[in-house]
Order: sequence, then C-alpha cells, then structure tokens
Amino acid sequence: MRNYIIRRILLAIPTLIAISIIAFVIIQLPKGDFLDQKVAQLEQQYGDSSSIAQADALRHRYGLDKPMPERYIHWVSGFVRGDFGESFRYEREVKDLIWERLGFTVLLSIGSLIFTYLMAIPLGIYSATHKYQWGDNALTFLAFLGMSLPGFLIALCIIVLVYKVFGVPLFGLFSPYYQAQVGWSWAKVGDLVNHLWVPIIVISLNGVAGLMRVMRGNLLDVLGEPFVRTARAKGLKESVVVVKHAARIAINPLISMMGMSLPDILSGTTILSIVANLPTVGPLLLQSLQDEDMYLAGTILLFMSLLLIIGNLLADIALAWADPRIRYE
Amino acid sequence: MSDAEERAQSPEVAPVPFELLDETDVADLGSLSYRQLVWRRFRKSKLALAGAGVLIALYFITLFADFFAPYNYQTDNMLMRYVPPTHIHMMDSGRLRWPFVYALRSIRDPETMELSFVDDTAHAYPITLFHHGDGYRIFGLVGSNLHLIGSDGPFYLAGTDRMGRDLFSRILFGGRVSLTVGLVGVFLSIILGSLLGIVSGYRGGWMDVVIQRIIELLSAFPTIPLWMALAAALPAGWSGLQVYFGITVILSLLGWGGLARQIRGKVLSTRDADYILAARAAGAGQWYVITRHLAPMAYSHIIIIATLSIPGMILGETALSFLGLGIRPPMTSWGVLLEEAQRVTVVLHYPWLLISALPVVVVVIAYNFVGDALRDAADPYSA
Repeated sequence: MRNYIIRRILLAIPTLIAISIIAFVIIQLPKGDFLDQKVAQLEQQYGDSSSIAQADALRHRYGLDKPMPERYIHWVSGFVRGDFGESFRYEREVKDLIWERLGFTVLLSIGSLIFTYLMAIPLGIYSATHKYQWGDNALTFLAFLGMSLPGFLIALCIIVLVYKVFGVPLFGLFSPYYQAQVGWSWAKVGDLVNHLWVPIIVISLNGVAGLMRVMRGNLLDVLGEPFVRTARAKGLKESVVVVKHAARIAINPLISMMGMSLPDILSGTTILSIVANLPTVGPLLLQSLQDEDMYLAGTILLFMSLLLIIGNLLADIALAWADPRIRYE
Repeated sequence: MSDAEERAQSPEVAPVPFELLDETDVADLGSLSYRQLVWRRFRKSKLALAGAGVLIALYFITLFADFFAPYNYQTDNMLMRYVPPTHIHMMDSGRLRWPFVYALRSIRDPETMELSFVDDTAHAYPITLFHHGDGYRIFGLVGSNLHLIGSDGPFYLAGTDRMGRDLFSRILFGGRVSLTVGLVGVFLSIILGSLLGIVSGYRGGWMDVVIQRIIELLSAFPTIPLWMALAAALPAGWSGLQVYFGITVILSLLGWGGLARQIRGKVLSTRDADYILAARAAGAGQWYVITRHLAPMAYSHIIIIATLSIPGMILGETALSFLGLGIRPPMTSWGVLLEEAQRVTVVLHYPWLLISALPVVVVVIAYNFVGDALRDAADPYSA
C-alpha cells in the first residue's frame, strides 16, 4: 500500500508539469496582455504616449518581452521558492492573493463532497428498498430535477428568496461584523459555520441527485445476488441484510466515483462563488481571465488541478481501504 | 472500463419499468431487427416519449422563431423598459370577449422615482392570429411579416428587458443558439471521441498510451474553470458566428475523453472476437474492419452517450454566457438572457427575467429522460 501511494505521488509529478504547461499556454492565448489595457488606460489619463515607454519598462520587468518558453521556465522555476509570479492588477504576489481564498475553496469543496455522500447514500438506499413506491418515485423526480437545474440558477433563486423573506443577503461566508474583523477567533469560526451550509447545500444538489441514482442502481443489482438471499435465509433482519451486507458492497463504486465527482464540485463551487461573491478563488479566476492577469489565472488553474489530483489519490486510497478485494502491487 | 465505472459515468436514472414483452410479442420477437427491438423498448417509457416530443417541438419552434415569436429579438422600445408580463383579458364589463390586451400607462412613483405600468383601460387591442408585425426573411429567402400571434397593443408574454425588448421572443430566438450548441458540440466530440477511441483500442501500443495520457490530462482539469479560461481566450474581435463555433469547439474539447474511453473498452473487448479474426483472415484491411465491424458495434453506445452529454453542453453554454464569457450580444442565447438576471437587485425588481431559466430546465430534463430510456433500450435482449 505504501509503495502504491508513493508511486502514485511520483506519477502525479509529470501530470502536474503537463498541466502547468497547458495552463500556461491557455492563459497566453488571448491576444495582447494586461499591459495593453493598462496602456490604453494611461493614455486616456495623460493624453500622450509617454505611457508606452512606461509600459515597455513594466513589460521588461515582468519579463513579458521574452519568448513564451523562457517565460514559462521563469514562472515555473519560482514554484520551488513558493513564488507564483505577481498579479498585474493587484500588484501583489499571487500567493498572497490566493492563499486564503484557496483555503475557503477547499473548505467548501470538501464540505460539499461530504454532504453529497452523507445525503446520497441513505437516500439511494431508501429509494432502492422502496422501488417504484411513492417515496422512490418522488425521489426519482427530485433527482431528475436536481440533475437538470444548473447550480447558478438554484443559487440565484435562493439568494432572491432569502432576500425577499428576511430582507438580508444571506450569502457570503461571514456576517458584516466578522467580515471586518482581522484575524481569527472562535466566534468568527462559529459565524463561518453558520454561513457555510447554504452554499454547501447548493453546491451538493447536483451531486446528491446523480449519486443517489447510482447508489439506487448499485444496490438494486446487489440485492439480487445470491449472498443476499443467503443472508435472508439465515433469518437476518432485513435492515441488517440491506445495510451490512448489500449496501456495504454497493457503496464501493461510489467511492471510486469520489475522484470523478470532485471536478463537478469544484466547478459548482466556482460558479456559485461568482454568483454569490463568495471569497473563494472562483471570482478571482473570472476577473483575472477578463483582465488577462495571466500569472494569477494560471496559478489558480494549476491549484484547482492539483486539488483534483490529490482528491483522486485520496479516493483511490479510500477505495482500497473500503474494499479489501482490491490489491495494489 | 469495468461495468461499475461505466455506470458511474452515466448515472442510472429513471426507473423505466419494463414489463416483459407480452405473449403476443414473444411470438414474433425473433423476426424483429435490433432497431425494431430498441424502438419497442424505448416507446414503453412514457417520460422519454414526452421528452422527445417536447424536444422536437422546441427545435421546430426555434427554427421558425421568426414566425412563432411576436417580435424580432432586437426590436426595442425605450418606452417599454422592464414591463412585467402582459395581462391577457377575456372579460369586458362582464361579457366574454376574444382575448385582448390594454394599452399601458407608465407611472413614476413620486417617492422612489420607480417606474411602473398600469393598464390603460381606455384602449383595448385584440390579440390576433397571423399578426402583421416585424418583417423577417425565412432562411434569408422568403420575406414576410406574419407572426403566429401578436397584437397592436403591448403584447409581452414574458415581460420586457432593460431595453424594452420582448423577453418571450428573445427566449425563442435564444433557443437557436442554446439548443444547437449542444448538438454541434456533441457532434464534434463524437467524431473526435469515436475516432480516437477506436484507434486507441484497435491499434494499441504507443498510440494507445499517448491517447490515454491525453484523456487523463484533460480530466485532471476542473471543467468549468477550464472552459472559462478557454472561452476568455476567444478574440474580442470575433463575429457572433465565430464565437458560437468557438464555444462549441471548447465545449466538445473536454467532452470527447469519456466517450473515447468507453469506446476503447468496447473495441478492446471485441478486437479479438471470432468474427473480427475471421474478417482479417479473409483479407480485410484495417480500415474495413474498423468501419464495417467495430464502428457499427459501438453505434448504440455512441448515440446514448451523445444524448446524455448534450444537456451538459447546454448547461455549459448557459453557464459561460451567464458569466459573460460565452455568446456575446447582440447574438442571444438563454445564458445571455440570464446574464441580465445576474444581479439580485435586478431580479428582485423584475422577477420575470428569471423566466429564461425555464426552457433551460425543461430541455435538460427532456434530454435526460430520452437519454436514459435510450440507455435502457440499447440492450433489448435483457429482461
């Protein structure tokens, strides 16, 4: 097992390198760069072209006048020192900008992942054991609805609803009082937890709907197997048969899906954060893409992919732990 | 790819209850072709039939949006900004009448300075079928100004937007983009996915390794953020049509991986089947084996995956346009319409702007129903 984990981590390194190249190329795709916008802005301000000289100086400072491979090497070589370049717009280090936001992104994503599975598995079991009954049909209908509603729409509706009913914008991760507070305190953490559940539910909705159906299908398959009949024949209680014997097996594919549902959850987090202006990397990514603030955008893409790789690895380890039949050499 | 994983990628959905074929059916089952068997199964799912019907109707209506919409999507009226959905009246002083609408009078609230509209009961306009309104050319050929339904008075079924454009008409026109983005995108990803999947499975070797690594790499990116990054790279000077195709290419760029993997699995499992070996022994070339034996086997699979991935692409376009990275005005799509409803304050004051979300949800649900029933029907030999 340990060898397997080490090998997986080593294998992730070339993937990460490839990802960093792709991310870098993608963010270089737009014509021009951030400074073109800046020049236009400065020109409007001062009405002459002295700003072009200024821009050229900046371009030189940021290394934008160098060819692409050289810039890439420059960008990547900083990683070892924890240097991910500088944001043009904020004129600050990228890592300072995204560090806290990355934390909230991870928090929201993991929270949503856990919530998704906590909801989907029991609902799936219920749905399977009450096949074609009223509850199952209702859940099926809701699942279809949940899979079809785009997350940002649900978010929008909830925001509007909450605003209408309570007259306060519920979104955001903190109340205004704690928002202003610098640093952390227990009260602030409590406030965060209070605000966390709405976005988590919204992000999880699509995942819960889909996974619930998978769990239902798996469990129905397993319930037809001979060992379940044996368990029943032994005179075990139905609840024990379902939960301890059947569900135990039916869950395994869901665990291997954990790695696959992470990209969806991360996508959901991104969109929701943009709509509801949550302090994750999502809104920052959108803005940096619009501004062509390339080091910032590239680093965010890179970190999101890193999260997925880590998530996949953890999902595989969890699967090995949950299903002893799986052996890794 | 294992069975479980395959299921995992496309969550099993509707519990379409299939009773075993009744006795009269069993008699002639053997004489039915695969296609007939699939159709037999498919039509048993009422939800799927309803979904298919809705989709066909929607595609038809949006294709002839010029005729079905009361207005052109660009017709604006600065006096009619943010008008709520029009009340259609049928009663006039206690008597039943042909449906009509009243003219609107705008009133400014003296305190909040907000504009609101009230019916001006002095002027009534009947709603007419085959109304003469904005001119258009069908497919750029036949000129006309006929609209299925319309009125000389204000006739806004879904209200108007910030430029006084009729939202209902804009939804119909927007459907052209939103509904076809998925189709074109899926078409592209099918071509890419099946070609690379078959090559990967059939040829094996280094090509297989390279293709599989590329797929893995693509799946290591979170979808929406990568779409955002690619969409942001579309040049600002592009025309509406160019942006449209740019977006479809971007959507399909990430979609082909899953398809290629599944097809590769199928090909791998049949590559050494007797009939393939026989064909090869009889001197069939690689291309012949691929196009005549391997590709047809994967057809049903491809169609199902395609149907199930269309909603994702439609939602992708909607999300991108919603964020302002997708289709750009003056072109319109459901995502573009929703972008106007992005700010909470706007939605609070003009809640009808959210109506644009309805077709998105309906279409996605309909596609899910159809795709799901297709998946069940694709294997008509199992009970």
